[in-house]
Amino acid sequence: MAVLEREGGAIQLTAPFTEEKVRSLKVGDMVEITGLLLTGRDAVHKWLHDGNEPSVKEVDLKNSIIYHCGPVMMKKGKNWVATAAGPTTSIREEPYQAGIIEKFGLKAVIGKGGMGEKTREACQKFGCVYLHAVGGAAQVLAERIRAVEGVYGLETFGSPEAIWKLRVEKFPVVVTIDAHGNSLHKEVEASSSSKLGEIVGKIGK
Amino acid sequence: MNKTLETRLHDSLVEIIRKTSAELPDDVFKAIEEGRQAEQAGSSAAYAMNIICDNVDIAKRKSQPLCQDTGTVLFYIHFPMKTDYEKLQKLIKKAVVTATKKGYLRQNSVDSITGKNSGNNIGPGAPVIHAEPWKKDHFEIKLMLKGGGCENVGAQYSLPDSRVGAGRDLKGVEKCILDAVQNAQGKGCGPGILGVAVGGDRGTGYSASKEQFLRKLGDRNRNPELSALEERITREANELGIGPMGFGGKTTLLATKITALNRVPASFFVSVSYMCWAFRRQGAKVSNKGEIQKWLY
Ligand code: SF4
Repeated sequence: MAVLEREGGAIQLTAPFTEEKVRSLKVGDMVEITGLLLTGRDAVHKWLHDGNEPSVKEVDLKNSIIYHCGPVMMKKGKNWVATAAGPTTSIREEPYQAGIIEKFGLKAVIGKGGMGEKTREACQKFGCVYLHAVGGAAQVLAERIRAVEGVYGLETFGSPEAIWKLRVEKFPVVVTIDAHGNSLHKEVEASSSSKLGEIVGKIGK
Repeated sequence: MNKTLETRLHDSLVEIIRKTSAELPDDVFKAIEEGRQAEQAGSSAAYAMNIICDNVDIAKRKSQPLCQDTGTVLFYIHFPMKTDYEKLQKLIKKAVVTATKKGYLRQNSVDSITGKNSGNNIGPGAPVIHAEPWKKDHFEIKLMLKGGGCENVGAQYSLPDSRVGAGRDLKGVEKCILDAVQNAQGKGCGPGILGVAVGGDRGTGYSASKEQFLRKLGDRNRNPELSALEERITREANELGIGPMGFGGKTTLLATKITALNRVPASFFVSVSYMCWAFRRQGAKVSNKGEIQKWLY
């Protein structure tokens, strides 16, 4: 097992992740990521799934981390700055995600709301994790983006849908699907559902 | 309306939009702070609550939207009888356009047929304006920005509902509401707040459920039966252990607000609106000269 470095309760990880590090994470772990993330949402997932990939080597999906996010970007002089960069709902990419994890060897997918069975299985098989960012925390997350290092498909996909290359520092997430077949979403759903059964039983007819 | 009044009213409306978008009202922040303290230190639930609190601070300090989804724009307004209502409507729309240009609102309004974004948050049904004249000689302008993620997990039940085992009584109502909480988990950015309307028709039910969000979180329902139900549901929902973001934890709901409307004998609707933690609502007393005199939340 890889030794995980912690700071204030959160595991510190530098991207790109090694498979060993990915496999040492478990659901419920709090993680802060430093390194590169690539954004991708609906249009990009469909496009990648259709067999396309970025034609420039600056934007390389191999072993990367995809962030389900449509950031609000502003151009300041020559540089892009993210003014809001919260996660978007991940489940929409469920039909595509597993194939993309396999093809590019993604090490992590970041989003919100969790993903389904196909993605959970792909995480286990190919050594990937699903990381949950805090929904709505657009300002905190934008502050952790230290630089926008490039963009691909700005014309084709438009700003929110383009692949943005973001350099982040201490980007906070929680592991909710690990590489061992566990899903926090499934666990919480099961426990809350049985609790609900109890409460409804008590309410009675 | 004369020109000075128009300009002042417009500027006041823009300020109300700015404050609503960037600052959480005190009553909501207090509830979030309590939720944060309830979570076990070092848990992922506490981690999420800490990030939420940081986010609230930064947004306020930078005057930036709390969440990038600035939501559906809903105004609730009372205006003095003698006001030219058409003018007022125009001013509201103009203020929305200005606020969008200034970045207080994201370009968030899309033509449902063509998919085209209007770019200024104006279009059929946008913004939503509920307005009524009253006998007082000042304006009361309340605003709610309701995000899409949490709007998507709202639900309406037609009782009896055998799927959730709900009959046409308060026990049935309770079961429906808890079912909605269970289904909303992981979506809608919890901890959440519920607005519920019992009765009405499908349209008025949803409308009234949303209006419950205009109540302060700490207030008490005047109907003792509903007041007890509100407290019970919040307690039971928190026992489900869904927690912030669905990570598991103690804070699933911050509050529940319920109202009742008359219904026709054949219908019995329970309409549930869900509000995310980024609960953006504000309001102001605005003088007949168009100046903000007092914040309401
Ligand atoms: S549900 Fe609320 S906090 Fe979450 S993304 Fe939507 S508006 Fe933002």
